[in-house]
Amino acid sequence: MYEILSKKVLNEVTKMMVVAAPEIARVCKPGQFVMIRVNETGERFPLTIADFDREKGTITIVFQEVGKSTLLLGSLETGDMIEDFVGPLGKPSPTEKKYGTVVAIGGGCGSAIVYPVARAFKEAGNHLITINGARSMDLLLYRDEMETLSDEHYITTDDGTCGVHGFVTTVLSDLISQGRKIDLVFAVGPVPMMKFVSKTTEAQKIHTLVSLNSIMLDGTGMCGACRVHVGGQMKFACVDGPEFNGHEVDFDELMGRLNAYKEKEAISEKQWREKHGGAS
Amino acid sequence: MMPEKNAKAPKKKRERPPPTKKVAMPEQDPLVRNKNFQEVALGYTEEQALEEANKCLQCRNPKCIGGCPVEVDIKDFIALIREKKFMEAALKIKETNSLPAVCGRVCPQETQCEQPCIYGIRNEPIAIGRLERFVADYARAHGEPIPKLPPKNGKKVGVIGSGPASLTCAGDLVKLGYEVTIFEAFHKPGGVLAYGIPQFRLPKEIVMAEVEYLEKLGVEIKFNHVIGKIRTVLELMNDDGYDAIFLGTGAGAPNFMRIPGMNLVTVFSANEFLTRVNLMKAYEFPEYDTPFRIGNRVAVIGGGNVAMDAARTSLRLGAEHVQIVYRRSRTELPARLEEVHHAEEEGVEFRLLTNPTEIIGNEKGEVIGMQCIKMELGEPDESGRRRPIPIEGSEFIVDVDMVVVAIGNSPNPIIPQTTPGLEVSKWGTITINEESGMTSLPGVFAGGDIVTGAATVISAAGAGKQAARGIHKYLTGE
Ligand SMILES: Cc1cc2nc3c(=O)[nH]c(=O)nc-3n(C[C@H](O)[C@H](O)[C@H](O)COP(=O)(O)OP(=O)(O)OC[C@H]3O[C@@H](n4cnc5c(N)ncnc54)[C@H](O)[C@@H]3O)c2cc1C
Ligand SMILES: Cc1cc2nc3c(=O)[nH]c(=O)nc-3n(C[C@H](O)[C@H](O)[C@H](O)COP(=O)(O)OP(=O)(O)OC[C@H]3O[C@@H](n4cnc5c(N)ncnc54)[C@H](O)[C@@H]3O)c2cc1C
Ligand code: SF4
Ligand code: SF4
Ligand code: FES
Repeated sequence: MYEILSKKVLNEVTKMMVVAAPEIARVCKPGQFVMIRVNETGERFPLTIADFDREKGTITIVFQEVGKSTLLLGSLETGDMIEDFVGPLGKPSPTEKKYGTVVAIGGGCGSAIVYPVARAFKEAGNHLITINGARSMDLLLYRDEMETLSDEHYITTDDGTCGVHGFVTTVLSDLISQGRKIDLVFAVGPVPMMKFVSKTTEAQKIHTLVSLNSIMLDGTGMCGACRVHVGGQMKFACVDGPEFNGHEVDFDELMGRLNAYKEKEAISEKQWREKHGGAS
Repeated sequence: MMPEKNAKAPKKKRERPPPTKKVAMPEQDPLVRNKNFQEVALGYTEEQALEEANKCLQCRNPKCIGGCPVEVDIKDFIALIREKKFMEAALKIKETNSLPAVCGRVCPQETQCEQPCIYGIRNEPIAIGRLERFVADYARAHGEPIPKLPPKNGKKVGVIGSGPASLTCAGDLVKLGYEVTIFEAFHKPGGVLAYGIPQFRLPKEIVMAEVEYLEKLGVEIKFNHVIGKIRTVLELMNDDGYDAIFLGTGAGAPNFMRIPGMNLVTVFSANEFLTRVNLMKAYEFPEYDTPFRIGNRVAVIGGGNVAMDAARTSLRLGAEHVQIVYRRSRTELPARLEEVHHAEEEGVEFRLLTNPTEIIGNEKGEVIGMQCIKMELGEPDESGRRRPIPIEGSEFIVDVDMVVVAIGNSPNPIIPQTTPGLEVSKWGTITINEESGMTSLPGVFAGGDIVTGAATVISAAGAGKQAARGIHKYLTGE
């Protein structure tokens, strides 16, 4: 059992929790994730380690409520227990290296996930550019933190309520067409966003890493649910990733596979909302 | 079966009775059970067990024992059944096999203990597995006594994984006075017994009972511990004070075929499909949150126990038509005979000498068909089985909308990758000293599927036992 030490509502659909997991906090690295099972009847699902404190023995998670499991987790309060919390899984982000100029891009909830990785890039001595995108101003996450951290910081919103009116790729294309020398692009967000970021950097062959969110069951390489083609080879996102070269990922295959359990997920979510209220 | 050859024998010689069959096992009706997850075989009653046990010849040179990988004293436990000493019979088995309720249900007896049974030369062999199951179930129902343990010897052993190899190793070590901690990646113990073999073949309560017994003996289990990630093997030894480590991490990584269409949305590994259903209880969705997906027409690729389990599970989840697609012929099916029979009775169809060449999908990535090629058997290969050869130009399309791939598992690489100096073979299995069970790293032992590749419950248990002996010798010189 893993205790929730604090909980913060970041916006209408996103919550942050600090969880006591000293053994994981002791060894985890930016880019790794945990598998969570909230209670005895719960499913296992992955969340990125959004931050950690080795001394206090805590792991921070930030998640968007998109279905039954994330709603259930979001309904827990400070002092409540999470049944299972497994990690740290996946390969760490390659943050130890100095690349030069790094552009870290976060879309929606992805901004929270990008933050610790971006921080590590900065600490390794890179020139850090961040692009923070969301559908609308009130859905922007980690805005101030990103701003403080970055050498250059951009905001984009789909509806133009804040920053550049457009997508994260709008800013990225601008930077590229200005002839800025970019050594690494690191993007986390919805699959279409990661796909278009990868397309944007492809012509110039700018090294681009994306963090894949395939469906996972065990998170340790024993089920193959998370498999995806990268560079024509079958990879398991949980052990070979979750980060891959965006120019090699078969995003369309990934998008299809994310729909595998849509029908049953809808039943679960409906049941939850009928019992606990809240519109979908 | 042997032909009757004494037709012309002189009258005065005693007529030999016709060959007997095993006392039949009461079972759920096939057309009822293929819709539920309750156990298929219901187990012998006391009368049935006695009737079967009484047929045993109590051979002076019982061949049965040599057929069992852990040499269960079959002759003696059957003798105890005949005396109605069921608890004693169970303890007799437990002297060498710590998981009798499991093995009685899932051992491939026809190729192990029952194969050389002397009674079986003329008849169906003695139903050793069924008798083993009977006494183990009896013992569980009547409360097994906890053996008196020696005082703790002050030494700590870490056991990685909680499959049959690990459970056996842990049990033997705790009985020798070691402080034993099991580290399991999942939230439940049992390994394949928990996530792979379905409820209708091996009720999870039985696995839990075996584990609780170990806990009563003092074995500690830490769940959610993926060793190599949260802690490495070397950290356990160097920083956490474990004097020895046993690696029983199994062969858990699913193999896929190198044919187009393997990543379609409705192609699943047997591991994913079965883990959802067994470990995560997806068959009780939506009370349990884990979803499953099932097609109307399911093809399961493979011919082993895993394939049979996936096929029979598919029927139970509501598939209308389920077929096994296997590239060799019936005689080569690696599954237990009983599972093949059960699958057939339940309505699983067998498409033998057939190999998939492509899985075809629609624009949503869902399976709409599978192209296969017919095979014929050529010369025997290294495994001694006749090699299947594709018949040119024989491709045809099978009408399916879901595919489960059950063509075997490879060892999970997490431990080898995070344990420098640990020697592995080119297949990724861990290399050990056959005698002691020790790996290339002093104090680190291994056994079960991680060493042999996918094998059987009892061979894994046997390896766990051997490693326990090896560890004891390593730590005490005894
Ligand atoms: C490595 C990794 C890290 C992730 N990190 C974060 C994070 O930090 N914050 C965050 O908000 N989300 C993260 N996700 C996504 C998160 O796991 C899903 O949103 C969550 O599982 C949805 O479950 P649900 O029951 O609430 O919704 P559902 O209604 O079950 O599913 C909604 C959608 O989420 C996806 N999904 C469903 N089940 C799973 C599963 N078991 N594994 C992965 N995806 C699934 C599917 O695309 C599905 O259509 C991450 C995913 C991966 C693979
Ligand atoms: C579906 C199916 C049906 C089968 N049917 C039969 C049958 O009828 N009869 C028969 O005899 N055999 C059968 N087998 C084979 C048999 O189950 C295996 O040979 C046996 O379970 C192997 O035991 P093991 O202890 O080596 O490993 P496993 O049972 O595989 O257990 C390994 C355990 O280690 C854990 N683990 C792995 N890596 C780590 C890590 N890094 N840290 C911590 N824990 C870890 C895993 O989570 C797992 O719990 C079947 C197998 C399957 C998959
Ligand atoms: S353990 Fe398996 S092989 Fe050995 S006697 Fe029992 S059923 Fe037979
Ligand atoms: S070989 Fe068969 S008949 Fe002989 S003791 Fe063993 S089980 Fe009984
Ligand atoms: S989640 Fe099971 S193999 Fe990756």
